[in-house]
Amino acid sequence: MSAHLTFHQGGAAISVQDAGRPGYMEFGLSRGGAADLPALAEGAALLGQSEKLAALEMAGMGGVFSASAPLRIALTGAPMRAALEGRILRWNAAHRLEAGQKLHIGAAEKGIYGYLHIGGGLATPIQLGSRSAHLAAGLGKYLPPDSRLPVGPDPDKNMAGLFLPAPQSRFEGGEVRIIASAQTARFDPATLARFEATRFIRSPQGNRQGVRLGYEGAGFTARDQLDTVSEFMISGDIQMTGDGTPYVLLPECQTTGGYPRIGTVIPQDLPIVAQAAPGTPLRFRFIPAQEARANWQSLAQMQARARRAARPLLRDPRSMPDLLSYQLISGVTAGTELDINGENP
Amino acid sequence: MLTNCQCFASFARNIFLGGEKMTPEQPKTGFPAILPLGIDGIIVRFADRLNESANQAALGFRAALAENPLAGVEEIAAALTSVYLRFDPSGTSYETLRAAIRNHLCGNWKTARKTTPRRWYIPTVYGGEHGPQLAEMAKLAGMSESAAMAQISGTPLRVMSLGFAPGQPYLGLLPPAFDLPRQSALTKEVPSGALTMAIRQCVLFATPAPTGWRHIGQTRFTAFRPESDTPFPLQPGDEVVFSPVSIDDLARLPPRMEPAP
Repeated sequence: MSAHLTFHQGGAAISVQDAGRPGYMEFGLSRGGAADLPALAEGAALLGQSEKLAALEMAGMGGVFSASAPLRIALTGAPMRAALEGRILRWNAAHRLEAGQKLHIGAAEKGIYGYLHIGGGLATPIQLGSRSAHLAAGLGKYLPPDSRLPVGPDPDKNMAGLFLPAPQSRFEGGEVRIIASAQTARFDPATLARFEATRFIRSPQGNRQGVRLGYEGAGFTARDQLDTVSEFMISGDIQMTGDGTPYVLLPECQTTGGYPRIGTVIPQDLPIVAQAAPGTPLRFRFIPAQEARANWQSLAQMQARARRAARPLLRDPRSMPDLLSYQLISGVTAGTELDINGENP
Repeated sequence: MLTNCQCFASFARNIFLGGEKMTPEQPKTGFPAILPLGIDGIIVRFADRLNESANQAALGFRAALAENPLAGVEEIAAALTSVYLRFDPSGTSYETLRAAIRNHLCGNWKTARKTTPRRWYIPTVYGGEHGPQLAEMAKLAGMSESAAMAQISGTPLRVMSLGFAPGQPYLGLLPPAFDLPRQSALTKEVPSGALTMAIRQCVLFATPAPTGWRHIGQTRFTAFRPESDTPFPLQPGDEVVFSPVSIDDLARLPPRMEPAP
């Protein structure tokens, strides 16, 4: 019998997510998928498995989980306090979850979306090529308490635990790079300059479809704000609603829209917006599209990069820079007699 | 060569040239315009106002691209007056694809489209409690309810695009008398399968939703079927006739689809 992960209780916005469903734009279904794709790649790297596997996305709050059989897990994305039977677990790391043990994951300490990955991935049903819940489209839903989720076969049950020393920082806002897009020319140069100069904050209104930006001063309206035919839009587009308030679109955005869009957040920086908790400062800067394309990475490339950066969780003491802070064994001496006796004092 | 191509004699310039940041400019001559959307997308825009010929052009160009796929393109989609192409940045470049699209546009793609559209007949109950705003709409259009029903059901409408909800069609165009604005207040909710109209178009709702479009009839058509082999039964370019039926027949008659006459 295959293993199950049980979500007992906790956050109200936990969903199964993978890289989403590309290819259905024409039918009105946006790609969806994980709000923080690098987190998906990092979890796959920590578990040594495909970046295409599905994980649990926890918006703002984790929960209590247990496994029906021993599982490997990894924790990535927005850092949350995690504990296994009272023992604090390192974030951005892989761990073992024995059958019956209770894993507690708390609220996000910064950022929004934390991820719980399982060795072998979640094996929930595939719909239209993906396991992702697309809440706006009515595909899948947030997990209710006591959900039992099937787990796929683990590619490497005995793989040593890894951790990521320094994953890309994306939880505290800051500068976000954008590129000009099909509708940027609908804004006059003064409005574009003011947009780049404005200090925004992420407003409380937001979900997997998009987030609203707060600002002071006049709105950012296009020359022909209300008079346009709807066109395709994508995750990362910055759309101005009727009064010129910007919304950054996220994976579950609608596929077409008539509001003008001032530019597109580059995929490399979109996690900064998705992970910005309400009140987080954000600024936008136009860069040439060529520059954005030049250092773009596919999900597989992100996974490979994270894999190279990952380090064993149980390290050789010689590689620990902060060795003195570890209580390795008490009363260690240089005496050989202790070694001969094969026991610690 | 490209320079011979009239339609691009003075085309929208790249917003960024040679890495230099420049002030974006409006396309100087209009259409079709080739524009970037994100790092891996291109929009081919045939008009900035909805009209029949621009929608035909978008659907026709989309069909021509599907027949002769361009290297590196992963997705093609048609909206009301534009076509979107998504490419694999590791498989082609924006500049290469842009040039290929330009070539394509200068070819005879308009005559390349020969496929017969499919035509759907979707049983529809007009007016009454199943189309509570038919009377109001007919009055605004300056005709009787029965005349409005006859004109709408007598016009094969084309699926111009799908959107707002998965599989949900925007259909058009109705005769000019139906160029009515959306209502200023939203209807709290129309049911799935609701036939609504505004601005010479109809929308057949795929899910229950609030809307500014007037609810004039009801169908049993499900426009999004995630469990089915054909999750999106309607495709852009399909024709739809909303055949008037009685409430009893609505429960009995299935929608049918056949090649358009």
